[in-house]
Amino acid sequence: MMRLIEPLNTQPVNSEEKSPSALAILGRELVKDKLAMASIIILILLLSTVYITSLVLNQDQIVKIDLLEINAPPSEDHLLGTDQGGRDIFGQLIIGTRNSFSIGFLITLITGIIGLTVGLIAGYFGGIADNIIMRIIDFVLVLPFLMIVIVCATIVPKFNLWTFIFVMSAFLWTGKARLIRSKTLAERELDYVSASKTLGTPNWKIILREVLPNLSSIIIVNLTLNLAGNIGIESGLSFLGFGLPESTPSLGTLISYAQDADTIQNKWWVWVPASVLILVLMLCINFVGQALKRATDARQRKG
Amino acid sequence: MLKFLLRRILIMIPQLFILSVLIFTLAKAMPGDALSGQLENAHADPKVIAEQRQKLGLDDPIQVQYIRWINHAIHGDLGMSYTHKIPVTDLIGERLWNTLLLAAATLIVSYAIAIPFGVASGRWTNSWLDKWVTCYTYFTYATPLFIFAILMMFLFSFELNLFPSGGSVDPQAVPGTLNYFISKFTHLVLPTLSGALLATSTTIQFLRNEVIDTKIQDFVATARSKGVPESKVYSRHILRNSFLPIAAFLGYDITGLIGGSVFVESIYSYPGLGQLFLDSIQQRDFTVVSALVMISGFAALLGTLLSDIILSAVDPRIRID
Repeated sequence: MMRLIEPLNTQPVNSEEKSPSALAILGRELVKDKLAMASIIILILLLSTVYITSLVLNQDQIVKIDLLEINAPPSEDHLLGTDQGGRDIFGQLIIGTRNSFSIGFLITLITGIIGLTVGLIAGYFGGIADNIIMRIIDFVLVLPFLMIVIVCATIVPKFNLWTFIFVMSAFLWTGKARLIRSKTLAERELDYVSASKTLGTPNWKIILREVLPNLSSIIIVNLTLNLAGNIGIESGLSFLGFGLPESTPSLGTLISYAQDADTIQNKWWVWVPASVLILVLMLCINFVGQALKRATDARQRKG
Repeated sequence: MLKFLLRRILIMIPQLFILSVLIFTLAKAMPGDALSGQLENAHADPKVIAEQRQKLGLDDPIQVQYIRWINHAIHGDLGMSYTHKIPVTDLIGERLWNTLLLAAATLIVSYAIAIPFGVASGRWTNSWLDKWVTCYTYFTYATPLFIFAILMMFLFSFELNLFPSGGSVDPQAVPGTLNYFISKFTHLVLPTLSGALLATSTTIQFLRNEVIDTKIQDFVATARSKGVPESKVYSRHILRNSFLPIAAFLGYDITGLIGGSVFVESIYSYPGLGQLFLDSIQQRDFTVVSALVMISGFAALLGTLLSDIILSAVDPRIRID
């Protein structure tokens, strides 16, 4: 069948008239924000050091208990001293940061994918599916998340890295799904979606190619801020002793040694470096996230 | 409004049901049962154990057990503590007031800080005050509670020696005396501040945005042109719109307070429900654990119910139709 409207479209759209994509705006705003740029540079330096050094370090060597070197202050042998088991703090910091960041990143990714899928479906199609999904989400959001994760960590036999990620993700997708759903709901009412529908574009194509790109900036902001939050939750649970298994070094575990009155007062090298590292990580990621958030709001853009 | 209330309360029934099923499942998955809490020694005669199990109904079908469990729970019987050998309700009752006191203090302090600073930074945007407040919210938003609590303890308790580092009251103090009261207060300061200072950030940011959005509205301009003094424009016209949602957030805060209490109470060894929870997990006292999860979940459900009711009373658009 011949398309009647074809001739109208022959003139190519001038690329200069096209408004910049959402991602281009985010990038441009980020470069203009000095604090955010500094944070990105610190993050890249920190994480590349951590990931490269962790390749060289021998994890078994680090977690091995050395009774002759208990709570040793910083020296040439141990750059940041040792903990109560004679384990090297510096090595634990490197591996702990790698673990915390990787886990935070994985959880963000998994919850992002689930939240996005559920949110898009609920928001775009609405109806009964939306109703049921929202009831589930409202319910999960109210649950005492921390307590239930701790209970799971205790009763699940062989609680390991993957079960930890699974349990965390099972709870944390809900916030994202709710956000994406409400944004999709608003997007669905816009003219371009109706136009596409009239033209007969299949729903999945409208969702993936048209609605999703319009939500991309909100998704990126949310994922960035969540990454920081997830690192905080992971280290917090490890701090309480219900995160990673004991044999895996974690920043939270190092900080938990500060609950001992002697360590907190006299052995700063055990808990201060880990606390500073988490603070730096979380602050930097948050600064980037906040800068991106400002960039999504046209009123607050720098130009 | 009545219709909304009814609907909202009806929604809570399936939520409560699912919550109880979830906790029952978790409790069943936990090692140990009602019987192991009552046996004096672990090496009892297997025949006696089997008899006892029969008597307690532990061999009944699962749905029968659930109905019996929920029936007991509704009547206030949450079982016996495995380690303390006293009813769970008694155990919780002792600690409940400590946690409620800490939660109330945290809420009051956090709002007492957040409201003036949030309004001021929204009123004088881009002033030095606004910049400092924004900086403060960025830091407190990013800082994990457990690190902040440890730092507060290190600074104010160990380095400056201003406040005690743990407990809820000096064990030597006699209840009823002024000393007891002062001791209770000083023990409360650090746990409260640790939670409250971090909790302010979201309220400050919300209020700031709210004030910025409201102060350019027409009705504010009208008030000004009528000659209403500036302070009254803020107190009577602008803040009226923002305070009720803030009040309504109190209910949603409950979930956060429960999570926070676990960290704060364990760090300051404050004898509340959060610490009881961690202790019970460590001692594998699962009757107490499931009771605490149930109570927390119930409190959070009630909190959201409260918030939803306040919000819908304030803003009719929110009501479910």
